[in-house]
Amino acid sequence: MNRVVVRMVGQRVASGALTLFLVSALVFFMASLLPGDAAQMALGQYATPETVAMLRKQLGLDEPLVLRFFTWLGNLVSGDFGVSYAANVPVSSIVLSRIPNTLMLAAAATVASVPVALVLGIVAAMVRGSLLDRVIGVLTMSVVAVPEFLLATLAVLLFAVKLHWVSAVSVNADTSSVGAFLKSYSLPVLVLCCVVVAQMARMTRAALINQLDAPYAEMAVLKGLRPSRTVLRHALPNAVGPIVNAMALSLSYLLGGVIIVEAIFSYPGLASTLVDAVSNRDLPIVQFCVLFFSACYLLLLLVADIVTIVCNPKLR
Amino acid sequence: MKHILYFLQAAVRFFASLTVLGRIGFFVSLLWILVALFGSSIAPHAMTDMSASGNVFASGSLAYPLGTDFLGRDLLSRILYGARYSIGLALAATLIASVGGTLLALVSTVIGTWFDEIVCRIVDALLVTPSKILALLVIAIYGSDLRVLVLTAGVIYMPGAFRIARSQAVNLNAMEYVTVARLNGESTFHIACREILPNMIHPMMTDFGLRFVYNVLMLSGLSFLGLGVQPPYADWGSLVRENLSGLSMGAAAVIMPALAIASLTIGVNLLIDSLAMRGRLRTGR
Repeated sequence: MNRVVVRMVGQRVASGALTLFLVSALVFFMASLLPGDAAQMALGQYATPETVAMLRKQLGLDEPLVLRFFTWLGNLVSGDFGVSYAANVPVSSIVLSRIPNTLMLAAAATVASVPVALVLGIVAAMVRGSLLDRVIGVLTMSVVAVPEFLLATLAVLLFAVKLHWVSAVSVNADTSSVGAFLKSYSLPVLVLCCVVVAQMARMTRAALINQLDAPYAEMAVLKGLRPSRTVLRHALPNAVGPIVNAMALSLSYLLGGVIIVEAIFSYPGLASTLVDAVSNRDLPIVQFCVLFFSACYLLLLLVADIVTIVCNPKLR
Repeated sequence: MKHILYFLQAAVRFFASLTVLGRIGFFVSLLWILVALFGSSIAPHAMTDMSASGNVFASGSLAYPLGTDFLGRDLLSRILYGARYSIGLALAATLIASVGGTLLALVSTVIGTWFDEIVCRIVDALLVTPSKILALLVIAIYGSDLRVLVLTAGVIYMPGAFRIARSQAVNLNAMEYVTVARLNGESTFHIACREILPNMIHPMMTDFGLRFVYNVLMLSGLSFLGLGVQPPYADWGSLVRENLSGLSMGAAAVIMPALAIASLTIGVNLLIDSLAMRGRLRTGR
């Protein structure tokens, strides 16, 4: 690690933090454009001009917008996420218990999908242009192009309704034993994996083929090396940076997938909380969830950037 | 007469230049667009015809080719009617995203300097916020009105279109013929619309197709969550959602609308892949 690398990583971290700040500003100011405000909403039918004015003062809503934004941001940082409109309890008591469930689901999907995607991508790149490559290409393209809920409904139909391997729709986050874990997690994880594997395999193939088109790879072929050696020993080490980058990027597809999967399997995670909160228009919870998911997404992009920088031999 | 003949000739030549998969994609896309336009007049039953209401989640028969839904309505008719929302809303949103992104990129490249810098910063911030999450935020605040949905989807996919259009425009802007036009004393407007824009159209059309697929997927995903198109209207995503209770019985009513979405998005994808390949062959890359 030399100074250039450290400085570039520092730059990425700073720009990530700046983006997160911009997103939080977006989340706050968009909500403040609403006609009516929290005081009116909280009072509901008891909203007379006097009571609204009193509650506004109590909640600090009569202060300037920019000042309120920084108060709100300060509270967020210190762990006070506000009070839910619908349930009238602190947001943290609703969301904090659900975060581990969602992370668990995402982690299981990641662990299961990375090896499969790597193998598929590398194999497709090795036999480029062959029938197998084209089959993998069309299959992964189809999985990327269809809605996640089609995959989910097909999986339920096949494994729960036709084969009776797992219970149909209700899933609880039961991790007490291996059997219970498999039973409750296998279907949601399978669906998430399909989405991520397809994306990841396509990007891995593209990264590797990019290297195989380089003159040095052609040289290796002309020297008479076996194709497997050309790909695995010559091209693959150079493609590690782009591949890891591709993986981090495809893991961000988990975000979209997890919303649908949690909804269809009624899984007690953060994404289903977000969907419920959106349909109840419970803004404090929505704001927290949006910020949390955006932060996760930014973190993934940051990791991808840093790995690309660290793996780039030109910078060593 | 002559014009029609030329048009037909061009159409045939275009069709012949596609790969086999591309032709399949072309036909599927064309079919769904026709259904979106004329679906309501060829549907065998009305959207809300509940004459078979005793017959919930029935399988296919002569009167109800794809079976019936959770209220005993004809599924085929509901899919034919739903095409209008699934395709129409996504097309409108994609138009906003593509046209908006292209024009913004054009303006920002031609004006350059501080304006370009500001627009790029804003776009970068929007690009790294996950699109579905952003859509959920907007819907939580403004509700799922059809206009809100279209505008939201349009604005969310605009940064992506902007990025692609800008890289095109920057390359073209640095070309010699544009420099010549500038030295000739042509106005900025002329350079943007007459010199740069025509050369951007082809790549942006391919991007339009891709963005259309994203929009179809996102809007139907929102409807599936119950946050998109609201009853009495129904797009394909809402059809899947409302029939979800039939899933444990293995009802076709859940799968068919989802398959309709899949055929549309895969069809458009195949067509775009083929177009992109044709573009590469033509430019010899």
